[in-house]
Amino acid sequence: MELLSGADMLIRSLQDEGIEYIYGYPGGAALHIYDALFRQDKVKHILVRHEQAAVHMADGYARASGKPGTVLVTSGPGATNTITGIATAFMDSIPMVVLCGQVASTLIGEDAFQETDMMGVSRPVVKHNLSVRHPEEIPEIIRKAYYIASTGRPGPVVVDIPKDMTTPNERYEYSFPKKVKLRSYNPAIRGHAGQIKKAVDMLMAAKRPMIYAGGGVILGKASDQLTELVQMLGYPITNTIMGIGCYPASDKQHLGWLGMHGTYESNMAMHHADLILCVGARFDDRVTNATEKFCPGARIVHIDIDPASISKTIDADVPIVGPVDAVLKEMITLVKESKEKPDADAIASWWKQIEEWRAFHGMRYETSDDTIKPQEVIEALWRLTNGDAYVTTDVGQHQMFAAQYYKFDRPNRWINSGGLGTMGFGLPAAMGVKLNYPDDEVLCITGEGSIQMNIQELSTCKQYNLPVKIINVNNQALGMVKQWQDMNYESRHAESYMESLPDFIKLAEAYGHVGVRIDKKEDLEPKLKEVLAMKDKLVFVDIYVDRFEHVYPMQVARGSMKDMWLSKTERV
Amino acid sequence: MRRIISVLLENEPGALSRVVGLFSQRNYNIETLTVAPTEDETLSRLTVTTTGSDRVIEQITKQLNKLIEVVKLVDLTEGAHIERELMLVKLKATGSQRAEIKRTVDIFRGQIVDVTSSVYTVQLAGDSEKLDGFIQAIGTSGVLEVVRSGVSGIARGEKVLSL
Repeated sequence: MELLSGADMLIRSLQDEGIEYIYGYPGGAALHIYDALFRQDKVKHILVRHEQAAVHMADGYARASGKPGTVLVTSGPGATNTITGIATAFMDSIPMVVLCGQVASTLIGEDAFQETDMMGVSRPVVKHNLSVRHPEEIPEIIRKAYYIASTGRPGPVVVDIPKDMTTPNERYEYSFPKKVKLRSYNPAIRGHAGQIKKAVDMLMAAKRPMIYAGGGVILGKASDQLTELVQMLGYPITNTIMGIGCYPASDKQHLGWLGMHGTYESNMAMHHADLILCVGARFDDRVTNATEKFCPGARIVHIDIDPASISKTIDADVPIVGPVDAVLKEMITLVKESKEKPDADAIASWWKQIEEWRAFHGMRYETSDDTIKPQEVIEALWRLTNGDAYVTTDVGQHQMFAAQYYKFDRPNRWINSGGLGTMGFGLPAAMGVKLNYPDDEVLCITGEGSIQMNIQELSTCKQYNLPVKIINVNNQALGMVKQWQDMNYESRHAESYMESLPDFIKLAEAYGHVGVRIDKKEDLEPKLKEVLAMKDKLVFVDIYVDRFEHVYPMQVARGSMKDMWLSKTERV
Repeated sequence: MRRIISVLLENEPGALSRVVGLFSQRNYNIETLTVAPTEDETLSRLTVTTTGSDRVIEQITKQLNKLIEVVKLVDLTEGAHIERELMLVKLKATGSQRAEIKRTVDIFRGQIVDVTSSVYTVQLAGDSEKLDGFIQAIGTSGVLEVVRSGVSGIARGEKVLSL
């Protein structure tokens, strides 16, 4: 048996867990750990410029790879700076382990320098948190942290490590546990066979079926099973913003995404459906609109790994608790074996109706001869990258336009803070993706408001050579706030105007990168092409777009799924 | 509707704060809460009484079950059960009041556990309604201090909540 200090055990455990990169920022309480990091070269550390960015980097990596990300920070402000990032990961169920230094256990509770009760502060935004009480526990705690973070419904796990748990000259026997067993944590490994059978019978009998898929399909690595089932049935499918890419957007059965800024056809089909099969989504308020008016004629089958997601806001007629891949696999088998076939006439007339809805709106927007429309920026990017880039976004209008006009055919490529809506997420998330997928195109689509919330990371990009492309859809305002003010506050633009914007070109150059400004419509595509050709450079593209554009469709507040604004003047 | 939820919890620091935090975080009510270790020292048993619609109660039990340190739980109000709460009351007891209080305590099957020349301390166990009834019978004017333990509960018959 080897004798190792707590700090060395921690790093060795990360090695044994197969962790390649950790993202972080050093400080007093974490210095023993940083010293242990320095004395090895298997686990590589990426130094960010603000701890929030470390968490978003780990998050971006986790969303692109499906594997847990890892963060290391010090106590007090280091730890509290991670909270927004942790809450972001929590809301979107992203697997992650956040290692936080803490003051020595003998000082806890004494208001020591850089002391914060991180166990207490993080509790409402973590799947679980663990505190080290003896250095010997470290390997088991690390194993448990990754196990909990990445199984069942994934989520962030915080590990609080008092400084005296990592003292260099106190050594203990190291052994990394092969297995973790928690008597109180046993995520479901399959769905209830009787419920699955019932669901398949309902699917076969449906006349106006609708499949509604969410981020759970991507987290559960079940895109192939979902695609197979949907294509076998020939039914229409929509997905949430978190589910983008779980089913190919270019396929004709795909109606686009649903909810507040979803497509007209998706929202109409949901409202008029007689059966909704929900796969790994959670009937969130941005999807349902007013719950009491939600899909009045529909019976609901709900598949989710988390029982608490079922019947939380919308009652399920057939709840199925289980991993989506396993449940969908069983459904595929049952559909294949079923003597009943879908009612071809009913399904054909349902499609006829859907096609009419699709033709009625079909994601149109008005173009102009001289100003660049934000939608055009996204469409150009989609064309120029063959729809195959990793796209991260921040939060606001640009995020909605990106989700609407960049058509994703594959999962794990669309990376956004859908649940918490965190401005400042996009750039560090893109960095996390680029670091791990250096040969792929990584775009950060952002706005001039959001990008300034983590702009300091341009420095990290320089240090580690992370040539992401930053697409700043610049409308010189907090566009979504302004849109709501236009619609609900008689255009009183309280604090939604970004005065004193920096010269982003000079700013990018100051950090050692390339800046490109686009403000003429005819320059849009040629200049973007040039930008994308600069493979080894981070390029900050500042694109001046129409300042008055709104995102449509937009559901009418407190209405049903089908109540929407389709433009500034058309309401259905 | 009022519910009594009994929870077996890992007996670890911080576990209780997760349960309490969950209730405030998700806007659920806690009416009473009791917690103590069980015969198995690795486990605590926690009893919480709460009110809410069926949907809210379903969410409470599901969300509690999601906490990693919650090992098992049962909604006792779903079946026949026994519910007990302990109350200690200090009552002003002088002159003719002393005999009257003694009679009332006997009727409620309580005990006087401490006596001074002017004060009786009464111990009473029962369901929450019985304890309320006692206070009502005595009249609040004579009550100097009340301490109630909160509700503990157990299922009737052979059903047990254990590992």
